[in-house]
Amino acid sequence: MDICASMSGTVFRVLVKPGDQVQAGDDVIILESMKMEIPIAAEEGGTVREVRVAEGDFVQEGDVVVVVE
Amino acid sequence: MAYFSKVLIANRGEIARRIIRTCRKLGIRTVAVYSEADVQLPFVREADEAYLLGPAPAANSYMNVEKILDIAEQAQAEAIHPGYGFLSENPAFARRCQERGIVFIGPRPEVIHAMGSKIEARRKMKEAGVPVVPGWDEDIATVEEAKRIAAELGYPVMLKASAGGGGIGMQVVHTPEELEKAFLATRQRAQTYFGSGELFLEKWIDNPRHIEVQLARDVHGNGIHLFERECSIQRRHQKVMEETPSPFLDEARRQALCAAAVRGMEAIGYTNVGTMEFIFDGEGNFYFLEMNTRLQVEHPVTEETTGLDLVELQLRLAAGEPLGIRQEQLRQNGYALECRIYAEDPKTYYPSPGTVTKLHLPEGARYDFAVEEGNPVTPFYDPMIGKVITHGANRREAIERMSRVLADMRVEGLKTNLPLLLEVMRHPDFQAGNYDTNFLQKIKS
Repeated sequence: MDICASMSGTVFRVLVKPGDQVQAGDDVIILESMKMEIPIAAEEGGTVREVRVAEGDFVQEGDVVVVVE
Repeated sequence: MAYFSKVLIANRGEIARRIIRTCRKLGIRTVAVYSEADVQLPFVREADEAYLLGPAPAANSYMNVEKILDIAEQAQAEAIHPGYGFLSENPAFARRCQERGIVFIGPRPEVIHAMGSKIEARRKMKEAGVPVVPGWDEDIATVEEAKRIAAELGYPVMLKASAGGGGIGMQVVHTPEELEKAFLATRQRAQTYFGSGELFLEKWIDNPRHIEVQLARDVHGNGIHLFERECSIQRRHQKVMEETPSPFLDEARRQALCAAAVRGMEAIGYTNVGTMEFIFDGEGNFYFLEMNTRLQVEHPVTEETTGLDLVELQLRLAAGEPLGIRQEQLRQNGYALECRIYAEDPKTYYPSPGTVTKLHLPEGARYDFAVEEGNPVTPFYDPMIGKVITHGANRREAIERMSRVLADMRVEGLKTNLPLLLEVMRHPDFQAGNYDTNFLQKIKS
């Protein structure tokens, strides 16, 4: 399952690493844009396979940030 | 009359342009400072001189106190206008200006400091006989203490950071369990954002209205109010739309509110232009919330109804000139509305940076805009790209004008809250003046 950015912004925090177990609703990334922090959560539980961004990266709305299996 | 020969503007976007406009009218030369992200914005070009501050993040540019002061000295600016946000309510910055012999356009550093602490501000207002929200006036050290106080006040309560502002660092709490969860998180956030983890509690006021009073006072002790502004249309505790006069106040309440604000201003020896924010409960009782020791975003509605230029007033008062206006000379003419155009999703309120590919601003309103067609809206600063202000002989006329220009306005290349603003203007409850701070939540659910 791909977890996508819900807005354009800078990656403020990466909360998971490959191999981590996540539950549905767990925050995996916190994005920051225009003085606002928006957590991005996993929609389903699973194992984190890939983290595609690093703190400080700029992402566009819809970009895949984390892949969960 | 030129109060200064040259003023540096330690800000960006629409407010920098707004200050430049008044300075130009008065024959004052202007110095802009800007970050790498803002090179293309009109305020850089419109100032007489412009200096690069540094990289985009505010900490490396608009918050860089010593760099700004160095530029002011180099450019021989006599005064610094801080605008709103950034360094405008930073007492250390105001003090550094003084130390380097540059006039800070705003109140004294001690007053900024006192009003910057919400706990201190509450105490001062209480002493002056200005009503404050029932609550606790000391830093709350532990969760246990917080629970005891909350039980005494009665849930729900508002947990607030003493150093907070702009809607950040506050949370409504309904139960002891929620309080336990919120306490440490809020403390941590307050420490990170504001450099102080001091927390206090206020009783939660149900369905409140936010109404503020514009104030001005000179160094010779002459003070006036410039009436109220109704600011209850908010999202995430931040204002979206403002109007004056407030449709909620009758003449007796208006006078009582403005008189209380003036009393508070006198008590703290305030100088220059400032705003006192109040919260109204359903019964029409009002309580002091906080004081903003600077120019407000929504100052244009006061300008449109009083005919005064508030930036000019700031310059005059900072130069030590007398106010030159008596309370009884002031009248409000008609009604004015302001809508803030945010680059954000109108449903989720998520920021929407991008490039303004098309900007059409129809005739019939005042526009205070940060951007022009082709300009970028970056993720580094506030999402507000501009303000629309309309005036009418009565409230209905001002709303009709606003609806018309909002419907014809085109902002393309990014998402904006235009559809939401239009929905507000057309809503029967808004048109009837029947709304509180939950209005947007209500119409969206």
